[in-house]
Amino acid sequence: MNLQHINFKIFAEKQDISLDELIPVFHRWIQNKVTEEMLIDVADYAHVPEGPGILLIGHEANISIDNAENRLGLLYNRKTVMEGSTQDKLQKVMQLALQHCKRLEEEPTLSGKLKFNAGSLQLIINDRLLAPNTDETLKILEPELKNFLSQLYQKVPYTLTRHSDSRERFTLDIQAKKSFEVSSLLQKLK
Amino acid sequence: MKASQKQWREKLQGQMSPAWAEEIDHFETEIELKKQGKLEDRIFAETRLRRGAYGQRYDNGQRHDGIQSQKLEYPSPLTKGPHTLWDAPGMQRIKIPYGGINAKQLEVMAELAEEYSDGIAHITTRQDFQLHFIHIEDTPNLMRRLAAVGITTREACGNSVRNLTGCPYAGICNTQAFDVSPYADACTFFLLGHPDAQDFGRKFKIAFSGCAEKACGLVNIHDMGFIAATKIENGKEKRGFKFYVGGGLGSVPQNAKLFDEFLPEEEMLAMSQAICRVFGRYGEKKDRGRARIKFLIKDWGIDKFKEEVLKERKLLKTDPRWTDFLEKTRKDFEKPLKGPSKLDLAAQSQEFQKWYNTNVYHQRQEGYKAVTVALPLGDITADQLRKLADIVRKYTHDTIRTTVEQNFVIRWITETDLFSLYQDLKNASLDTAVANTILDIVSCPGTDTCKLGISSSRGLAGELRNRLAEQSHLLDEAVKNLHIKVSGCFNSCGQHHISDLGFYGVSRKIAGYTVPHFQVILGGQWENNGGSYGLAVGAVPSKRIPDVVTRLTGRYVTDRQKDEGFKDFIQRIGKVEIKKTLEDLTQVPSHDADPSFYADWGDPREYTIGDIGVGECAGAVVSAVEFDLTAAERQAFEAQLLLEKGDFQNAGLQAYESMVRAARGLIKHTVRDVSDDAEAIVQDFKTRYYDTQIFYDPFAGGKFAQYLFLAHKKSGQGYTPESAHQLIEEAILFIEAAYSCYGRMTEKKAALPA
Repeated sequence: MNLQHINFKIFAEKQDISLDELIPVFHRWIQNKVTEEMLIDVADYAHVPEGPGILLIGHEANISIDNAENRLGLLYNRKTVMEGSTQDKLQKVMQLALQHCKRLEEEPTLSGKLKFNAGSLQLIINDRLLAPNTDETLKILEPELKNFLSQLYQKVPYTLTRHSDSRERFTLDIQAKKSFEVSSLLQKLK
Repeated sequence: MKASQKQWREKLQGQMSPAWAEEIDHFETEIELKKQGKLEDRIFAETRLRRGAYGQRYDNGQRHDGIQSQKLEYPSPLTKGPHTLWDAPGMQRIKIPYGGINAKQLEVMAELAEEYSDGIAHITTRQDFQLHFIHIEDTPNLMRRLAAVGITTREACGNSVRNLTGCPYAGICNTQAFDVSPYADACTFFLLGHPDAQDFGRKFKIAFSGCAEKACGLVNIHDMGFIAATKIENGKEKRGFKFYVGGGLGSVPQNAKLFDEFLPEEEMLAMSQAICRVFGRYGEKKDRGRARIKFLIKDWGIDKFKEEVLKERKLLKTDPRWTDFLEKTRKDFEKPLKGPSKLDLAAQSQEFQKWYNTNVYHQRQEGYKAVTVALPLGDITADQLRKLADIVRKYTHDTIRTTVEQNFVIRWITETDLFSLYQDLKNASLDTAVANTILDIVSCPGTDTCKLGISSSRGLAGELRNRLAEQSHLLDEAVKNLHIKVSGCFNSCGQHHISDLGFYGVSRKIAGYTVPHFQVILGGQWENNGGSYGLAVGAVPSKRIPDVVTRLTGRYVTDRQKDEGFKDFIQRIGKVEIKKTLEDLTQVPSHDADPSFYADWGDPREYTIGDIGVGECAGAVVSAVEFDLTAAERQAFEAQLLLEKGDFQNAGLQAYESMVRAARGLIKHTVRDVSDDAEAIVQDFKTRYYDTQIFYDPFAGGKFAQYLFLAHKKSGQGYTPESAHQLIEEAILFIEAAYSCYGRMTEKKAALPA
């Protein structure tokens, strides 16, 4: 399977924050070109319950503080096609997502109000044709994913739960048995 | 662009009509030709527009980040239209004829919102869906996936017959003459791709209403509109329509003109075709600002227009489709899933009753109710769309409608299902009890995504919604049912002209800074098919619009006479009094005192109207120019007062003079001694600002200058009430354009190296 359009959502464990507070932060990221990715604009959906929250629209990817299912987290949604092996792509997307989490955790204007637990993740493949939300897709992806997660979590056990609604995109909840700091996982991916 | 791009065509083969499949294949080929440089920008732009693929803000590769204009470095140097970069995200408009949609279609919309857009589907003020941030190369597959469930995006934009709107209560409404749904359906598919509807100079919008009294399909604001009517002939009831043409909002709103008191149903399609042919043949093609059918009707007069259409109608060769559909109109267009039942409302919870009181409509059919699903700013998530699809399947015969108020209406709910339906909506966070209230604010996309947006309409609408929600328990009953509508610019996509309180985005230059403002439009009418338009009472800084709402609604509560509607209240107290009431709110504190006034709602960037850096000081000449612009604005306002008094001759004269005054002000920007003679001013303005295109609006071109030239040419010929009204509208727009021009010139000057 040519795995593309990988999305990782890293859930927040501390979220004493109003979504509106993210708007100036994301605008500043555009001003300061904080990432090698091309950033375009900010979209505000804070008014939509359990919605995509505040999005930083980019060319290669959208980065958002997403509140789908009422679970706040940073969602990195890869839009453009990536080169390399599946492991390379999973690593690259996770690395970028963690970097953005770290940036938000360290954002002075948020005063530490946002903290992520990288042991609580969601993987979405945003292309129903490439990866329908079926057991078969899970079967194909599982070895690659386990390989990737063993590097990430090493010996810490974790669970994988596929969302059961076949109308959804291929979505896996990944829950490690312990919490992981964003910076510690970033170190492992270097 | 999706990795699965090449596989969808094969996967969906045979799942759509061959004609639709072929059209999309052609479009995909055109994309390829454009990539190879074999299609002109101008041609490709109109091609994609006719398939609903629209441009979006910043697609010219420039974005002001609050400090400076930054170049957006998209990977491809290709363009998809004049000044429109290939890789820049765009908007896809999706036509939903008369708002009718089913569960499977909702599910596909959810898929597309997730895979190609930002996870949100947006309902427009014309019952369409819009998806944003879409790559042009993804659009053919997006269209295929829609076509496979019976939705086409053909002619969703461009110079074509746009989505046909219809009353969301058609068939269940208590005041309808009959169900207009099958007529709207027939008209949609008769005109879709019709050869006689392919050569317009501008878009063409159609609406169907079941009755005249309610807002219904808003026939008055449409190019062509049908209001259901019946009459008795030879003892038998005959169906037909009160038939209107030439209405429209846009920058200069026009009330639709009555074409026929009773157009028989069998003539509905034939007459539509004849009108399309006349519009295609005689409508303006070069000047986009005058290319809507309303201008042709205005130029000719309704009698000549009618004569020409009837002549054309006689020449048409009979088409069996004109009447084939009529058989369907005598059958139920929609059926309930379950039999009727009776709900004991008193036995329900208070929370449910609150929702019931705002969101439930009593159908003409005993035992059934229709339910409004109120969406914040017309937005719905993919998850919510799937849950809504489940609800549609569970409670209805697979039907639901979008509305022009950016909501959904679920019809044919047997009463005893209402509580369970409410619980299911609550589980989907779709249970907000605000339908048909002042909290259900309508807004176009504005500066969020629209290239033409001047101010943040969605930002303002969201702020008003939050503030009003906080006070909702304190709101007087008289205020609760008012309508608020917001547009990001003068083009009226938010339909601000037909609401009690309407706002449209403008800007003002203050001490070298550009400040976001909204023009306040009061006294428009939503009922009677958008029966009358409000007029501007003045521009107020964006950040003070919530205070405008509080103050005007407060005044309405305290000063209204018994049962007096808002429109009548506004007319009674008069514009002078209103202006006095709002006077202090028009003031802008200095940048040092309160910089928040210099940013728009929901956007922390320092406000700008363009990509050029905001100048720090506009220089001494500013005061002289602004003096004339302010005076011009005042004159336009005085013209409105004269019109209200019935003095339309002087009203027209004042409006004309206000335009000359604004032109004179602009000339002062470059020349110290300016003539007082109108002819000299107009000529000088033409030479300096029109011929050089300095006055040109980035999107409307020279349209606003033409208003001045035409007004000058016709000066001395006298005015009718209608022409004076129109001239006032044009004068306001010309003055706004003068402000914008002045803003652009001073910004450029400030940006120039020393």
